[in-house]
Amino acid sequence: MASTDLSINTDVHHAHEEHEEHHHQNFFEKYIFSQDHKVIAKQFLFMGIMWAFIGGFLSILFRMQLGWPEATYTFLEPILGGWVTNGKIDPEFYLAMVTMHGTIMIFFVLTAGLSGTFANFLIPLQIGARDMASGFMNMLSFWIFFLASIIMLSSLFIETGPAAGGWTVYPPLSALPQAIKGSGTGMTLWLISMALFIVSQLLAGINYITTVINLRTRGMSMTKLPLTIWALLLTAILGVLSFPVLFSAALLLIFDRSFGTSFFLSDIYIAGEALAHSGGTPILFQHLFWFLGHPEVYIVILPAFGIVSEVIATNSRKPIFGYRAMIGSLLGISVLSFVVWAHHMFVTGMNPFLGSVFMFLTLIIAVPSAVKVFNWLATLWRGNIRFTTAMLFAVGFVSLFISGGLTGIILGNSALDIQLHDTYFVVAHFHLVMGAAAFFGMFTGVYHWFPKMFGRMMDEKLGAVHFWMTFIAVYLVFMPMHYIGIAGFPRRYYAWTGFESFNTFTDLNTFISLAAIIGFSAQFIFLFNFIYSILRGRRATENPWHSNTLEWTTPVLPGHGNWPGPLPTVYRWPYDYSKPGAPEDYIPQTVPFSQTQSSNMPQERDLE
Amino acid sequence: MIAFAIGLSIFLLLVILFLLFRIGTLASIFRGSSERAAGTTKTSNRVNSTLMLLFLILGGAAFIWSFSASWDDMNQPIASVHGEWTDSLFWTTMIIIGIVFVITQVLLFFYAYRYQHRDDKRAYYYPHNNKLEIVWTMIPAIVMALLVFGGWKTWTKITSASPENAEVIEVMGKQFNWMIRYPGADGKLGVAKYTLIDAVNEFGIDFSDKNSMDDFTALELHVPKGKPVLFKIRARDVIHSVFMPQFRLKMDAVPGMPTKFWFVPTKTTEEMRTETGNPDFIYELACTEVCGRGHFAMRMVVVVDEPEDYEKWKAEQKPFVEQNPDLLAKFSDGAKKQLALEKRAEGKAEEVKTAL
Repeated sequence: MASTDLSINTDVHHAHEEHEEHHHQNFFEKYIFSQDHKVIAKQFLFMGIMWAFIGGFLSILFRMQLGWPEATYTFLEPILGGWVTNGKIDPEFYLAMVTMHGTIMIFFVLTAGLSGTFANFLIPLQIGARDMASGFMNMLSFWIFFLASIIMLSSLFIETGPAAGGWTVYPPLSALPQAIKGSGTGMTLWLISMALFIVSQLLAGINYITTVINLRTRGMSMTKLPLTIWALLLTAILGVLSFPVLFSAALLLIFDRSFGTSFFLSDIYIAGEALAHSGGTPILFQHLFWFLGHPEVYIVILPAFGIVSEVIATNSRKPIFGYRAMIGSLLGISVLSFVVWAHHMFVTGMNPFLGSVFMFLTLIIAVPSAVKVFNWLATLWRGNIRFTTAMLFAVGFVSLFISGGLTGIILGNSALDIQLHDTYFVVAHFHLVMGAAAFFGMFTGVYHWFPKMFGRMMDEKLGAVHFWMTFIAVYLVFMPMHYIGIAGFPRRYYAWTGFESFNTFTDLNTFISLAAIIGFSAQFIFLFNFIYSILRGRRATENPWHSNTLEWTTPVLPGHGNWPGPLPTVYRWPYDYSKPGAPEDYIPQTVPFSQTQSSNMPQERDLE
Repeated sequence: MIAFAIGLSIFLLLVILFLLFRIGTLASIFRGSSERAAGTTKTSNRVNSTLMLLFLILGGAAFIWSFSASWDDMNQPIASVHGEWTDSLFWTTMIIIGIVFVITQVLLFFYAYRYQHRDDKRAYYYPHNNKLEIVWTMIPAIVMALLVFGGWKTWTKITSASPENAEVIEVMGKQFNWMIRYPGADGKLGVAKYTLIDAVNEFGIDFSDKNSMDDFTALELHVPKGKPVLFKIRARDVIHSVFMPQFRLKMDAVPGMPTKFWFVPTKTTEEMRTETGNPDFIYELACTEVCGRGHFAMRMVVVVDEPEDYEKWKAEQKPFVEQNPDLLAKFSDGAKKQLALEKRAEGKAEEVKTAL
């Protein structure tokens, strides 16, 4: 009950504040250093889209190298400068591009861009709050992220290049500038940027958790929350628990690099001299890294779970099947995500017994994941499906999640991982299950909540073209990668032509690169649709998708404080679609049972 | 000029696309389809749901075709005992997940097609069914339990202690090549220290150790067929990873933390040449942990010999010390220098302590 009281109090407070602020808010307060969660969400979205194009462009560059290893790339000299010599891309720069592609996509796009956008936008709107618990912390979180972005971006332009030891930055490679140029200034910038990024994530995460726990509106119990909020809450909890561990790993790595400590370094002879470091172990870093790294992949995918559940239910015009099972599986996945990290390390020389334990724990995750898929399928069954662009992407998400998730059962098996570890099979697996799938979740969210963000609709036809091109391209890129992976082609190879064992599949690699270029080009359709619709799109109504959740009860363009009058009261769960006896095929959460006597279930009669 | 022409045609193409987009928008306003709730217009629903079904059928066909066309290339020949086990486990698991893959994808796209929006229809209100939930939690749980059991049995066998009679070979990764050392006639590798490494003694072998006297190195990795081989793996600069695809063998080479992997080769290089029909076939050792500029070029040729050929080859090799006789002489005073170096390092440590 305390929570309701609190929200009422803040209500009054806010309404008062809002009235005063209206006249004083200048351009900077409103759009730049805004404390409004909706503006901050858009800031995260714009940054995320910008980063996605940079990260995608890098992948096209290295795909060109892999697709046409014999070609000369003199025409890239204007952009890459010294990194192209005699038309050949420098092998170290190739590694730098791979590293930055991973870092950018995982952290800056699919963590900050995805949960930054949707946690900020949806949490207050869907739980019925005026804003985040702390608007200031929220603003700080974005601007620290912005700073981290600038530092990471600047590392692309320094002479020795950005970090190049893979996105996992395993020492000693990442610790020793003698080992690779990117481990010089580039790696320093990487570490500073990531440290700031973690600070930003913690500020944001604490805020999300507090808001969901404390600021729910009257009647919004935890079992009436939309699945998006459950997913975003658990994402925030995972982040708050795991990012500090990455912070410690980064800090220790900074010490090893700059202050001569030996946490991760031992017995090293490089560039003609034996280093004084002694007693550390590189494996310790891997343990620390993956203790974040594995929850991180769920930080990326959980928000997509939530968004997709919401959109599938809305557009199938059916309640999400097994609401409680969906929450249960989210919880199960979240807990398990903390005890499976060492499945990334089966062949590091780790004790084989540990390998067995982690194989067991890893394969258990398949169970809640399977439950989620079955529940989505059951939600589609006998629905009345509206193919909005968001729905297309949601269906695409489920397909990609199945395709990528199933191969996880193979990679989680330590005996099979011996052959497949660090091959293209892994690349194919995680790009489908957490790369492309999370991107599809993000697109689903953008297309679905665009009307509430900008008060206008995105073009559905362009959206469909964007979807089909992207969906087909994703499969054309990543399905064949499994074949290459089964053949054992190692990751992060500049070229495979030097090996007899890997001199096959040259045509297939060219094909993959072509598909990647087509897929990347399709994103410009999205970019055009996005920008054009912000400016000239068809005006939206308050509830264009006939959805039940609270955000659709706000005005077309909700102002600061979200609801002009008092906060809405919630009476029912968010999935009353196509309830028998109801005149419309949706009943918003704010409609009391007393008004829907014709459709109430026997157990709901008491609530009338 | 050509650049200008390309630029111009791209620009014109974009203009045409934009005009098409505008015409489409205006047409939909004219038809009144923009008045309907999004996603309920007949044509767009029919087009998208049909495309879903087409995607399932054509995509499935393309998948089957490309999979079978790539079958020969994707299956590296197997040349080790445990490779047979992991491969059969792999393809068993593939069949299981393949079945799940087909069922779920077919249902997904078929439902998407079958239950497309119709104005006269209402969705079926079906919020939960606990029996169903329990069934589809238990089935994957049981399947997973079986897979874990299979994987665990294979994994324990592969990672069990190597047999006593295993051929010991040291494999060391460095930027950017592999180096190998055989223990020689005594079957024991001499002690090595990273502080002893120099341009000649790249392993850092301690030649005051008797066992190191008959150690020899080689440029090709020879292993005997049918005998257990134990790799003692290490790295001297950054992490590398020993990968021999035909042997289904992979183990990281970590500086400061020696690792190992043992296996039994089953087919000689010659046998594999006749089996694959490729007279140039060779086994290879590759690196699979990113290690820098030359990561993609860390290659070593692996040769599997008949046991007698292997013994003959071994007997032909000269110990490392014999090939570099001046090393031994250098070594006796090198050991003294080493001692002095260690002392100096201790002195430094003392200084740090006092400074603190």
